[in-house]
Amino acid sequence: MSLTHEIHFRLNGVMQRAAVGLQMSALQMLREVIGLAGTKYGCGEGECGACTIIVDGASVNACLLFAVDCDGRELTTIEGLARNAQTEALRKAFVAHGAVQCGFCTPGMVVQATHLLSQQANPDATAAKRAIEGNLCRCTGYLKIVEAIVDAGGQAQATEDRR
Amino acid sequence: MMATDCVERYLAPTGLAQALAALAEPGGAVVLAGGTDLMPQINAGRLRPATTLLNIRRVQGLAAIALDGDSLVIGALATLAALRSDALVRLHAPLLVEAADHFASDQIRNAATLGGNLCNASPAGDTLPPLLALDAELGLASLGEAGAVLERRLPLAEFFVGPGRTRLAAGELLTAVRLPLPPAGRITRFCKAGTRPALDIATISLAFAARRDDAGRLHEVHLALGAVAPIPLRARRAEALLEGRVLDAALAVEVARAAAGEATPIDDVRATAWYRRELVHNLTRRMLNDVAHA
Repeated sequence: MSLTHEIHFRLNGVMQRAAVGLQMSALQMLREVIGLAGTKYGCGEGECGACTIIVDGASVNACLLFAVDCDGRELTTIEGLARNAQTEALRKAFVAHGAVQCGFCTPGMVVQATHLLSQQANPDATAAKRAIEGNLCRCTGYLKIVEAIVDAGGQAQATEDRR
Repeated sequence: MMATDCVERYLAPTGLAQALAALAEPGGAVVLAGGTDLMPQINAGRLRPATTLLNIRRVQGLAAIALDGDSLVIGALATLAALRSDALVRLHAPLLVEAADHFASDQIRNAATLGGNLCNASPAGDTLPPLLALDAELGLASLGEAGAVLERRLPLAEFFVGPGRTRLAAGELLTAVRLPLPPAGRITRFCKAGTRPALDIATISLAFAARRDDAGRLHEVHLALGAVAPIPLRARRAEALLEGRVLDAALAVEVARAAAGEATPIDDVRATAWYRRELVHNLTRRMLNDVAHA
């Protein structure tokens, strides 16, 4: 028997309705029910961060979040950030620093970095490293990712200072 | 087959009495809070059967952190992220802040709750030794006959029975953790050993709390050990050696030996029992030397 429960929530700024199983994860809902495949399935147990999304302003692992618990909440995925002017500096910095190699960890890294920058506008390398402790990358060795995040914070700060 | 196949309904009440009523029904309920441990348990088919999935995350008031007389009261739904940043916790229980800082990853800290960490009752739970060292007391709520919410208090030291098992009675919900406010001269230390700083289950952990008087003597010494026994435990013999004494290098060695002797670890994927005892010994000594020189 597979019971479903209807939920309503805001996804990347748009109200959304979905019928989800009681033990379904938000990750499965995003990818298989709604059809947004930008959020990646890596480990399915909160170790790799590839499925990081923002829920009510805080980053979480979508694989550990119950889909039913999304009811009434506000979710932002990488698809939402791709159209977001505030993340432009971050996206450009990832490209400029070559912080993307195979790309599988990238959505989670960008979402997690966005959360960091929302908490701390101009992080140093130590803060960037602490923020992505829960995001595994098997290609880059992290250095370029950390540099991109620090650079994005600095650029946003410089833009702010010019205003 | 997953045990949740027998789950027949989902509830997400906003009131404590409604949540307790659902919990008291025959068939019971699986309690969902942050979900960071429950989801992997479900995926591994390790969930106990129940007819209801009870999401308590919307119950009003259970995430609050506030002072109540001479206690700091932390709601069971307070996230690890909240513990790490809350001004009251930072002021009155920096030991807990340190443990929260070593807890999993940012993403998990944003979802995981203090109540969930306690009720999962893993011997390696990161917040357990610090809360034992701080003399935490739990508020456990249940529904009385007239539908009134009853609360009993239980010292945390009496809460754990074994791995994954607690003295939480049927129909009871952990609602709050109460910490007595620290005395003047309080010293605390936390230490977690693992293979990497983040997202690691403790191989062992230590939490220390004591009061140091003007003459440098230690009082009300608490030394709690994690991941070295079926439940987190206080190293009582080690504590007794420190009581009323001024710490020096020789005493630190003696206490470290006693603490290692009190640990009853097992061999598992993370470490052998022998290695865990060595860690307890060496890290206790190092921690006490640090306290002596602080």
